[in-house]
Amino acid sequence: MSAAATSLASAHAADDRQMIVGYNEDIVRAFSIATVLWALFGLAVGVWVALLLAFPGLNTGEFLTFGRLRPVHTSGVILGFGGNALLATSLYVVQRTCRTGLWGGPKLASFLFWGYNAFLVAAMISYPLGMTQSQEYAEPEWFLDIWLTVVWLTYLAIFVGTLAIRREPHIYVANWFFLAFILTVSVLHVVNNAAVPISWTSTKSYSAYSGVQSAMIQWWYGHNMVGFWLTAGFIGMMYYFVPKQADRPIYSYRLSIVHFWALVFLYIWAGPHHLHYTALPDWTQTLGAAFSIMLWMPSWGGMINGIMTLSGAWSKLRTDPILRFLVVAVAFYGMSTFEGPLMALKPVNALSHYTDWTVGHVHSGALGWVALMAFGSLYHMVPKLWSTRLWSIKLVEVHFWLASIGIVLYITSMWVSGITQGLMWKAYDEFGFLQYSFTDSVAMLHPYYVVRALGGMFFLAGGILFAINIFMTIFDAPARRRSDAGLHAQLTPAE
Amino acid sequence: MNHSLIEKSAALLFMLTFIVISIGGLVQIVPLFKIDSTVTKVEGMRPYTPLEQLGRNIYTREGCYTCHSQMIRPFRDEVERYGHYSIPSESMYDHPFLWGSKRTGPDLARVGGKYSNAWQLAHLIHPQGVVPVSIMPSYAFLRDKPLYLDDLNLHMTALKTVGVPYDDEMIAKGRADLEAQATGQGDTEALLKRYPKAKLGDFDGDPSRITEMDALIAYLQILGTLVDFSEPDASSAKPSK
Repeated sequence: MSAAATSLASAHAADDRQMIVGYNEDIVRAFSIATVLWALFGLAVGVWVALLLAFPGLNTGEFLTFGRLRPVHTSGVILGFGGNALLATSLYVVQRTCRTGLWGGPKLASFLFWGYNAFLVAAMISYPLGMTQSQEYAEPEWFLDIWLTVVWLTYLAIFVGTLAIRREPHIYVANWFFLAFILTVSVLHVVNNAAVPISWTSTKSYSAYSGVQSAMIQWWYGHNMVGFWLTAGFIGMMYYFVPKQADRPIYSYRLSIVHFWALVFLYIWAGPHHLHYTALPDWTQTLGAAFSIMLWMPSWGGMINGIMTLSGAWSKLRTDPILRFLVVAVAFYGMSTFEGPLMALKPVNALSHYTDWTVGHVHSGALGWVALMAFGSLYHMVPKLWSTRLWSIKLVEVHFWLASIGIVLYITSMWVSGITQGLMWKAYDEFGFLQYSFTDSVAMLHPYYVVRALGGMFFLAGGILFAINIFMTIFDAPARRRSDAGLHAQLTPAE
Repeated sequence: MNHSLIEKSAALLFMLTFIVISIGGLVQIVPLFKIDSTVTKVEGMRPYTPLEQLGRNIYTREGCYTCHSQMIRPFRDEVERYGHYSIPSESMYDHPFLWGSKRTGPDLARVGGKYSNAWQLAHLIHPQGVVPVSIMPSYAFLRDKPLYLDDLNLHMTALKTVGVPYDDEMIAKGRADLEAQATGQGDTEALLKRYPKAKLGDFDGDPSRITEMDALIAYLQILGTLVDFSEPDASSAKPSK
């Protein structure tokens, strides 16, 4: 029997022994609630900034222009929604698969929760006030970066400490990915944010790097926030919640080993594909493109391992909308990791770079893979944390379709507007003059930006149903436990 | 090799993961600081004047880079639309770089001198008044905000710490240079000696005070103008003496 299957079997057993082992579930509950709140916030701001692009008259005053609100959206969803989801699930999974409570005790875990969320709130306030390092996904200024470093190293210590005191011989595969995510983000964060504040009482700092080096380090950081925060961490989620929800062991243990090492080794090289044809030296761009192509293999290895876990249980997709969330998320992962290397090819990038195609690509990953995986994992996890059943499976079904429609509207409108932009910029007329002025390419955008905002609204509507369902599950838990009198509360999909 | 060895040791897993994730970054980043050809110093490049630098800070504060790139790629259409493709030395004093990743609006790498100060002012106050289909927000409030100058020395000193070659005189004369540039009055000769090609004069149409609008327009007007590409061999980055 494979080690992965063994670990999973003991994870099942661990569920039943949680009272004995002394898991810290309070902290997982807190991160779960924070996940829901940040999802609502980040998605709502996303819809708003989409509307600002479609209807620029909505920009008001000094603090709420698109330029200042864009990082509120990106940080809100990536660090707020995604970050809290990663913290909730990783701390849930590591305890159960190691059959031990968290290293460092409940106080350290509380510090992690409040420290991380205080960072997020402070960052959200600082952007509209104009405090920013102007580096994408690394906007928080130096004083917030130092604070996040302390918080993040606490997370690393708790996670590694828990692995070290585990009562299982093997470290379960989900934890490899969580560990790689936490460790790599520490390195990325510290290196990319190296800066000199103008004084200890000022919020302003200057990056330690300039020009070409600054660009390379920023996109080494930026791409690996995608590679480790939004990929490795969420693959950790996949390796626990897909087999749990499908009640099947991971498809291939060997594949998980190969794809883990290949993924963490190859991803880190891919950053320069954000800088094709720029002033970055050519050799670096070529390396970035080559490794992006190689990433196809581990990415699809992971996707196959996730989806094939359903072998023999495909019929569950018809009846279990939570499993559908998880599996469609993995399918979107496959799709966007196919599209990504394609766009990293220099000839394709010549067309796609600087256009909405990139924005669409990011969102097929962020909405399709990351958000759906987070939703599915919370639908699985929250009822277990409150020893109850989910309030409404029907609502999960509706959420699934709203989210799917939203994603399709978003990515198709961005494909069309992005490719049209790229082609218009490059179009020549019969006399050899540029056919379109730049403003022609701006005027063309409007209908697509309206459709994109509409897609965002669908996705947000689904997110609101998600929040209602999760909170009703929590509020309803005591009553539900009484009515289930004596039965060990367990999540069973409506069948 | 038996993988269960790694699976059974948190320390081993940690160390191996750390080594594996370090390789790519080390190979791609470290040489960029070592290889001279990464950034060939070119004639004409100089640090920003104090006014331009503060204008650049407003550009970053407002998130202009979220919609405008400053990196012209070596394609026929881009060169015809925006000018000579960007070369590495042109952003060598940019902490951090502002190449951008999105062109919702046009590239600004060589916007300097393309439009008059009056055009820039009108456009920043009410973009749709100048470009009807524009989707840019209004930045009229910049004209009402006096430029904060009290920590100018701190800005220049911090930039010097991270490698911008401001000398002691430049820092000492920072405020005088800034005022000279924004008003066209005072010792403009010394300013132009320290910072050749600096654009002088009142940028925001209100000579009575120095506003954030003055600084931002001064910054926009210098973009891409420092290196002279009209010389025959300028594109291959003529090394400075």
